[in-house]
Amino acid sequence: MAGMLPSPKAAVLEVQETALLAFRAFRRAFRKPFYIRDILTQMDHVGVGSLTIIMLTGFFTGAVLTLQSASEMSRFGAVGLTGTLVAVSLVRELGPVLGALMVAGRVGSGMASELGSMIVTEQVNAMRALGTDPIKKLVVPRLLATVSMQPLLTVVACSMGIIGGLAVAVGILRTSPDLYLNSAWNGLDYYDITGGLLVKPVFFGAVVAVVSCRCGMRTEGGTRGVGRSTTQAVVVSSLLILVSDYFLTQLILEYSP
Amino acid sequence: MSRANGDGSRVRVAPAPLIELRNVTKYYGDVRVLDGVSFALHEGQTKIVLGGSGSGKSTMLKLMMGLETPDSGQVLIEGVDLGRAGERQLMRLRPRIGMVFQESALFDSLSVFENVAFRLSEVGTDEDTIRDRVREVLGFVGLEDAIDKMPAELSGGMKRRVALARALVSRPAVMLYDEPTAGLDPITSRRINELIIRLRDVRGVSGVFVTHRLRDAFTLASEIAVESGGRVRFIREDGTFCLPHTRFVMLRNGRTIFEGPDEVLRRSDDAYIRQFIA
Ligand SMILES: Nc1ncnc2c1ncn2[C@@H]1O[C@H](COP(=O)(O)OP(=O)(O)O)[C@@H](O)[C@H]1O
Ligand SMILES: [Mg+2]
Repeated sequence: MAGMLPSPKAAVLEVQETALLAFRAFRRAFRKPFYIRDILTQMDHVGVGSLTIIMLTGFFTGAVLTLQSASEMSRFGAVGLTGTLVAVSLVRELGPVLGALMVAGRVGSGMASELGSMIVTEQVNAMRALGTDPIKKLVVPRLLATVSMQPLLTVVACSMGIIGGLAVAVGILRTSPDLYLNSAWNGLDYYDITGGLLVKPVFFGAVVAVVSCRCGMRTEGGTRGVGRSTTQAVVVSSLLILVSDYFLTQLILEYSP
Repeated sequence: MSRANGDGSRVRVAPAPLIELRNVTKYYGDVRVLDGVSFALHEGQTKIVLGGSGSGKSTMLKLMMGLETPDSGQVLIEGVDLGRAGERQLMRLRPRIGMVFQESALFDSLSVFENVAFRLSEVGTDEDTIRDRVREVLGFVGLEDAIDKMPAELSGGMKRRVALARALVSRPAVMLYDEPTAGLDPITSRRINELIIRLRDVRGVSGVFVTHRLRDAFTLASEIAVESGGRVRFIREDGTFCLPHTRFVMLRNGRTIFEGPDEVLRRSDDAYIRQFIA
């Protein structure tokens, strides 16, 4: 395990390099050439490709949440509030966070291993030798894809969660669908929606892309290095998602009345 | 090239070398990979860089291309110091140089056509021109038939030729070859060497040829290609004299230990060189 922990100096340097990559990628995103085809390919890969696992994640999260909370709520005679509890938990936290973790596992690992193999086989150097900027060609399309697709995926996750909750509420707990859905809808306010379905997913999407691309680009040591980078990308972006979620939540709560 | 003198007369100035390294030192971590290397490639020259594996040959080529930066010393392309050139200037200078990487480094998600077309599509060349140029360079390396294949379907020798075609598509003035024949059988190696000789003699492309195989080095130093009536013939010098514009550079542990024509290299009494040549 000692090998997993970098020295403090190396860690600071790595944070600096990652921030620099994020900065460069954002700046280049607004300059020509725009690699529209690469962006669309990545959006398809991130968005359409993750749809199934995101739907499953959302559905079962909502279902289990309903199962757990309904029994708790019935002790307080507040079964009618189950919908609210499920919707708020999903939209504020579980949708964006679990969605991002799934994308980190599926897409982030792929990005790190793809860029990592391109580094160790010198394809990135070949690209530079041919006069193409790898940050523009490789990192920017991936960043734009996750940043734009993550909010949509989160909406899907939350919707599927509410449907999953509905299935349990109606099918197992025998509540009326109207009661559940009304309670779910009424529980949400504007800040839940913008915070949970926009701010967080955009930020988490950027985290996954930047961290994974950085892990891929710094790969050294052949095929084993690629494996290491892939693991690192998933571990680091997952951790960063959970940590930044806390601070983003604090920020959002401060702004909401 | 000339420039105005103080009194208004014009004097001739020797053109800057195409590529120059001035006292370059390069570290990877704590390891000194290049140690005060100076090198110049002038227009029309071919330099053959010899050295055992790990002696810093690939690093030297990457520095020439601006893919790595030196820890001290300067790298100049056509007189422009890369350390002071902006990213834009670098992007403009790099296409003047073509590079064939040690393991070909083809883009494995792109077809042969897309690999070779890469440079041209990046600068927005129109489709028809791209198709013609790709056909032309693939024809030169004898791989028109592989145009729709993926890199994974190609043999090692074919990959090198595609890599050569990809580098040639922007008509560079200089080619850098990083062990283009490593791991290939003698017949395939011969084929690659002939392409390189043709580029040098028929198209006038200057080059840096890195290898640890002495046989390839001497082939390059002693054979010339002559084109007559659309056919290319290879003529072998008697092997005692090096071609006039071909020079050897020998690296050992990141230092230049020899520079000169092959007849001098063959006569060297340096123990390491003797062992290398033997
Ligand atoms: N990216 C790198 N990181 C660390 N060490 C490297 C790297 N590239 C090359 N080296 C080391 O530098 C030395 C010279 O490498 P290289 O220039 O590839 O030699 P050659 O091409 O002559 O075989 C070798 O010892 C190699 O292990
Ligand atoms: Mg090498």
